[in-house]
Amino acid sequence: MAKLTFVGGIHPYDGKELSKDKPIQDIRPGNELVYPLSQHIGAPAKAIVAKGDRVLAGQKIAESGGFVSAPVYASVSGTVKAIEPRRVVTGDMVMSIVLENDGLYEETGFYPVAPLEKLSREEILDIIREAGIVGMGGAGFPTHVKLAPKEPEKIDYVIANCAECEPYLTSDYRRMLEEPEKLIGGLKIILRLFENAHGILGVEDNKPDCIALLRQLTKEEPRLSVKALKTKYPQGGERTLIYAVTGRKINSTMLPADVGCVVNNVDTIVAVYRAVVEGRPLMERIVTVTGDAVAEPRNFRVKIGTSYQDVLEAAGGFRTEPEKIICGGPMMGFSMFDLNVPTTKTSTALLALTKDEVSAMEPGPCINCGRCVEVCPGRVIPSRLADYAERFDEQAFLDNYGMECCECGCCSFICPAKRPLTQEIKSMRKIQLAKRKK
Amino acid sequence: MSGSYQVSSNPHIRSKATTSGIMLSVIVALMPATGFGIYNFGPRALAVILVTIASTVLTEYLFGLYRKKMTITDLSAVVTGLLLALNLPVTIPLWIAALGGVFAILVVKLLFGGLGQNFMNPALAARCFLLISFPTQMTAFDCDAYTGATPLAALKAGEQVNVLDMVIGHTGGTIGETSVIAIAVGACILILLGVIDLRVPGSYIVTFVVFICIFGGRGFDPYYISAQLAGGGLMLGAFFMATDYVTRPVTIKGQYLFGIFLGLMTGIFRIFGPGAEGVSYAIILGNLLVPLIEKATRPTAFGYKRGGAHRGK
Repeated sequence: MAKLTFVGGIHPYDGKELSKDKPIQDIRPGNELVYPLSQHIGAPAKAIVAKGDRVLAGQKIAESGGFVSAPVYASVSGTVKAIEPRRVVTGDMVMSIVLENDGLYEETGFYPVAPLEKLSREEILDIIREAGIVGMGGAGFPTHVKLAPKEPEKIDYVIANCAECEPYLTSDYRRMLEEPEKLIGGLKIILRLFENAHGILGVEDNKPDCIALLRQLTKEEPRLSVKALKTKYPQGGERTLIYAVTGRKINSTMLPADVGCVVNNVDTIVAVYRAVVEGRPLMERIVTVTGDAVAEPRNFRVKIGTSYQDVLEAAGGFRTEPEKIICGGPMMGFSMFDLNVPTTKTSTALLALTKDEVSAMEPGPCINCGRCVEVCPGRVIPSRLADYAERFDEQAFLDNYGMECCECGCCSFICPAKRPLTQEIKSMRKIQLAKRKK
Repeated sequence: MSGSYQVSSNPHIRSKATTSGIMLSVIVALMPATGFGIYNFGPRALAVILVTIASTVLTEYLFGLYRKKMTITDLSAVVTGLLLALNLPVTIPLWIAALGGVFAILVVKLLFGGLGQNFMNPALAARCFLLISFPTQMTAFDCDAYTGATPLAALKAGEQVNVLDMVIGHTGGTIGETSVIAIAVGACILILLGVIDLRVPGSYIVTFVVFICIFGGRGFDPYYISAQLAGGGLMLGAFFMATDYVTRPVTIKGQYLFGIFLGLMTGIFRIFGPGAEGVSYAIILGNLLVPLIEKATRPTAFGYKRGGAHRGK
């Protein structure tokens, strides 16, 4: 059988060997933890604590600000020091709750609502919503919304996105190796919401150990199967993943549910398991700290709200002074100018690179080589779209499917003229999306 | 420690490929044909090559001085100069070769905006300019090594030609076009390096073969077909000129269409035209159709039905 894949894509240096064999370690946060009220797509959460309040780990400190929103939980015990705007990874100032860590790590105590078998569909969704779970692969879309499509009986596939196609990232890999039963358990819980669905774990074939382990653990599960995907970036993109495992195609105007699919990332599914089975809200996640500038690349279980500076120090700090630090992977992550920003529900990695390949190369004129066309998973012509964006030709941009760009970065990566194609297209998309909202 | 890091939009890594690297691979891939040309036609071929390259690079350099933007390091002027030289007869007066170089770079490329903006292949446009301006010198294929007509002209006149000699390249013609083997080695280098693919050359050659089988008056005659393929500038044109990024369609379907068009035009020019040759004119004519071809083959984005409505509409 031909390998499951998609048309386009790239094979960048993956850098995973730096951290893939490092087991997940717990780290202690520093004195101050910061919880932005907007760590997700949708309405910001509303603070329900006040300055001076003492809170326990696992206590809700901000409640959901609407249907598409998610509550926030304290990940340590301590005192509310301030509720004020703080800088986040994107560089924006976001209203945040600041906790002084008392170092006691006192917890509220976690109890499942009821045994899993007794829970109804609505109860499971309630637990997920109350636990503050959002898409932890980076997008941050509230999971309870994703898991509640209009016609749940029409969902045929629940796909666990185990591709981890971003270079350098190994957090999902470690999670799959160390806690596969939680991943499988979480997927089974989600399958209870969709009676007609089959569960698929889609894993890139650069992780044969995960594939073998997950296959072993699911061989008695009639509703689950593990599919090996060709290793190629962006295999873990929602549209490319759905296509690879089901052959179904969605565009930017559609939701996975429109073709009978629901896609969730590894950490998100584990969070669902912990919320439903263990009664624990979302308070921690796995973060990979890696890159050639990091002394000891590692995978950490991080209490959300811990600053990146503290996470970096746990990895021994910098080996050499980096030129660039990135929150997330090198293809879709944000470059950061300050490490004193908090980790959030969507922080997958901290990547520090000694050399910044972007600033080292001067963009030249487009020679029309067509490499961007070959690699674009959206099957558009990135060089032309970037040109329309640069000239601000909105109509041409829209007519040529400019809105179909998923910002994966393949075009900028492959461009021999080193043109910032993704950036140009992204800027224009932002403008068009803002216009549409009006 | 804040403020000392580079900040830019994603992605944060880049592939190793560069424009000058691609140009360098083309130069390397042209070396077998260049070397064979010098071996076949003698040292004067080297002189023509050096003069033409000097003329293209100097033109680019002087223009760079004038516009205060130096672009010779991208090596594209070297590629243009070399390609033009390989398309000239060895007997060409050196000043004509130099003039061709100036025309290719200044008129065809720089005046239209420089690298990436020219609408015709500069080397071929210059060759056609010289063919029209200096028809005698441009078609004088008599030299010390060979006298008489090129094999293609002989073939058209109904004479017998030696296909093996044509494949090896022991025939008259322009400096770089005679040896199919040398060109094939270069083409393999470019294909292996991922610089070109077979979409354009493949559809070009297949279409041409089908055309001459139907209209060549000899039906399916392997001798005639191989002589047509090995003769003239077809191989050099198909692998090194028609594949020029700037002047071929960027859409994948468009590249096939472009190749088919070139095959048809070359067939028409060779069979029905007054001359035996047709590759250069076919390619620059094809270059002019590129915007139309691209418009007709605009791709449909992932997840849409062809021609279906989308957000932009």
